[in-house]
Amino acid sequence: MSVFRTHVLLPVDEGTAQAGVFEIKRRLEKELDSRKLLGEVKVLESGSVGIVGKGVILAVYPDRVYYFNVRQEDVPRIVDEHLLKGRIAAGLDHAPIAAMEAEKSKVGLTREQRRVVLDKAWTVDPENIEETLAAGGYAGLEKLFAEKTAPEALIEEIKRSGLRGRGGAGFPTGMKWEFTRKAAGDEKFIICNADEGEPGTFKDRLILEGDPHRLIEAMTIAGYAIGAGRGYVYIRGEYQLSIERLRKAIAQARSYGLLGKNILESGFSFELEIKKGAGAYVCGEETALIESLEGKRGNPRIKPPYPVTHGLWQKPTAVNNVETLANVPAIVVRGADWFRGIGTDKCPGTKVFTILGHVVYPGLVETDMGTSLREIIFGYGGGIQGGKKFKAALLGGAAGVFLPEKLLDVRMDYESLKENKAVLGSGAVLVMDETTSIIDMLFSIAKFFAHESCGQCVPCRVGTRQILDIIYRIRRGRGREGDLESMLALAETMFRSSLCPLGQSLVMPVKSALENFKEEFALACGQAVKS
Amino acid sequence: MKLEDLKKIREKSEKDMLLRAAKTRLKVVVGMGTSGIAAGARETLKTFLDEIEKRDLRDVVVTQAGERGLSSHEPIVTVIEEGKPSVVYGNVTAELARRIVAEHLVNGNPVSAAIIEVKE
Repeated sequence: MSVFRTHVLLPVDEGTAQAGVFEIKRRLEKELDSRKLLGEVKVLESGSVGIVGKGVILAVYPDRVYYFNVRQEDVPRIVDEHLLKGRIAAGLDHAPIAAMEAEKSKVGLTREQRRVVLDKAWTVDPENIEETLAAGGYAGLEKLFAEKTAPEALIEEIKRSGLRGRGGAGFPTGMKWEFTRKAAGDEKFIICNADEGEPGTFKDRLILEGDPHRLIEAMTIAGYAIGAGRGYVYIRGEYQLSIERLRKAIAQARSYGLLGKNILESGFSFELEIKKGAGAYVCGEETALIESLEGKRGNPRIKPPYPVTHGLWQKPTAVNNVETLANVPAIVVRGADWFRGIGTDKCPGTKVFTILGHVVYPGLVETDMGTSLREIIFGYGGGIQGGKKFKAALLGGAAGVFLPEKLLDVRMDYESLKENKAVLGSGAVLVMDETTSIIDMLFSIAKFFAHESCGQCVPCRVGTRQILDIIYRIRRGRGREGDLESMLALAETMFRSSLCPLGQSLVMPVKSALENFKEEFALACGQAVKS
Repeated sequence: MKLEDLKKIREKSEKDMLLRAAKTRLKVVVGMGTSGIAAGARETLKTFLDEIEKRDLRDVVVTQAGERGLSSHEPIVTVIEEGKPSVVYGNVTAELARRIVAEHLVNGNPVSAAIIEVKE
C-alpha cells in the first residue's frame, strides 16, 4: 500500500451523477496521470455530502476544502493549482470543510453538524469495507461479542438510551425489540424499512449510499437482540445506487465473516436479504410492507395483532427505519448515557432533516433533537431565496403539518411538536415563501393521497377522493358554503376510521392548513373572514 | 474471522484514513510554488512520501503550500507539530528530506544545520 499525500473525494448520489461526477472523475484521473501525480493523490468516491443543487462536488483532504459546481474545464486548474501547488484554485466556488472548532455563527450546510448516523457518510469510501473498518465500522458488533453482552442487556441499554423510531411515529426502539424478543416463536425476523416514500425525504438514501455497512452492522445487532437469524431490507426500488452499494457491502461483509454463520466466533449467525419495493407509498406502512415482502398486494393489515407478535409469515417481527437502526451501533459503542446527553430529555439523539423548497441551501443536515425550526431554516438552510418572506413550512412530508411564521421557534422533537399540534414525521422540512399558495399545496397533497390510497378501506378510498374534489373546487374559485367544514369533518372521520396511517394522516395537513391559513381559504371560498 | 483479525484489519487501514482526520500530530508542508518546483520540490515531496511509507509512520501528513518569497532557499519544507513551534527548512534535497524524516519526525530532533526559521 502506498502513502498518499492527498485524498480527493467525489460524493456520488443521484444529483451529482446527473451533473457528471463520473466524467469529472475520469478527467481528474487523466489530468493527474499526465502530471504523474496518481501515486500521490488518491481519487475516490464517497456518499453524498447532503448538499444539493451544487453540481459536482469535490472534497480535498487534508486541506479540508470543498469545490462546488466543478466543470470539466475546471479540472486542470484544480490539479495544477491545488493538487500540485497546494493553493486553492482561485475563482472557483469553494468552502472549507467544517472541523469541530468551526464557528457556530456560519450560515449554510457546510457549517458544523453533530453527526451520529452520518459520521462516515462523506469521509469514507462506502464501497471499501476496510476504510469503513478503519473509521470505526462494526465496532458495535465487535464490542458486543468481545464483552459477550447478553441480548437482554443489549435491549436494556437501548431502552435506557431513549432511542425512538425515526420513521415518524417515534415509538421507543428498545420496547419494540423487547416485545419481539419476548414474543412466542422459534423463528423471528428483523426488517429494515428503507421504503422512503414520504415526499421531500431523502435522509435514508444518504445513509444507505454513504455508509451501507452501518445498516448491516445495526441489523445484525438488532437480530442478535431480538433473536432473529434473518433480516430483510425493504428498499425503495428507485434507490438504485443505495441498492447497488448495499449489495456490494453485504457481499463484502460476508467475505469478511461479519455476516453469515458464526459471526466473529460468537456462535451467532445472521443473514441479510434485500427486497425492492415497487413504489407504493402505502408500503412504507409496516404491515403493508410485510404483505408486499410476502409477495402479496401491499394492503395494510388490521391491527392488532402487531408485527412484534404476528409479522412476516405471522412470526414475531421488528420493523425499524433506516435512521433508527443507524443510531444503534453508536449507542452500543459509546453507551446509553452518551446518547442521552444529545438532544432533549424525552427525545435524545440527533435527527436528520432534509431541507427543501424556497431556501438558499437545500439539502440535508444532521443536528440535535430539539433544534428550533428557525435554526434549521435560517441557520442551515440559509433563509429564504431571493430575499422573500417566509410563509410556511410543511414538516414531515405529505403526511405532515403546515407551520406558520409564529411557530418558527418551535423545537424540533417529538414532544415539543406534539404540544404544537405538529409532527416531526420523517424530518422533511419543505419551506414556502410568501408567494406560495397554501391551497395549491393542499391540492397537490390531496391528489397524492387519493392516488396512493390502496383502496382497501372505505374511509380512505372515498374520503381522499371527496377531499380532493372539495379542494379542487376551492382552487378554481368555486368554493361553496360549508366546504371548509365538510373537508375537516371528512378528514377527521378518516382519522378515526381508516385502517392505517395513510388514511389517518390526511387530517394533519388539512387541519393545520385550515387553522393556520384560515383567511386564505375563507377568501377563496368567498366568505367573510371570521376572526 | 476472529475478533483479533478484525483488529488487525482496522489498524492496517487506519493509516490510510488519517489524512481525513481533523487533526494529525505532524504535518510536513512542502512549498510548491513555481520556484519551489523549479528547485526540485517535486522530488523532495516524493522522497518524503517514500521515506514515510518505508518507515510506516502513521501520524504524519504531507501536504503542499505556495511560495514563501524565499526563492534562494527553495525547496522549502515546514514541519508543523502540535503544541510546538514550527520549523522551516531550506534547500531541502532528497538526501536532507531523508534526514529530516529520520532525525526530526522519528526521533524528535530537528536538523539544526538546515533550519532557516523557527515560528512560534
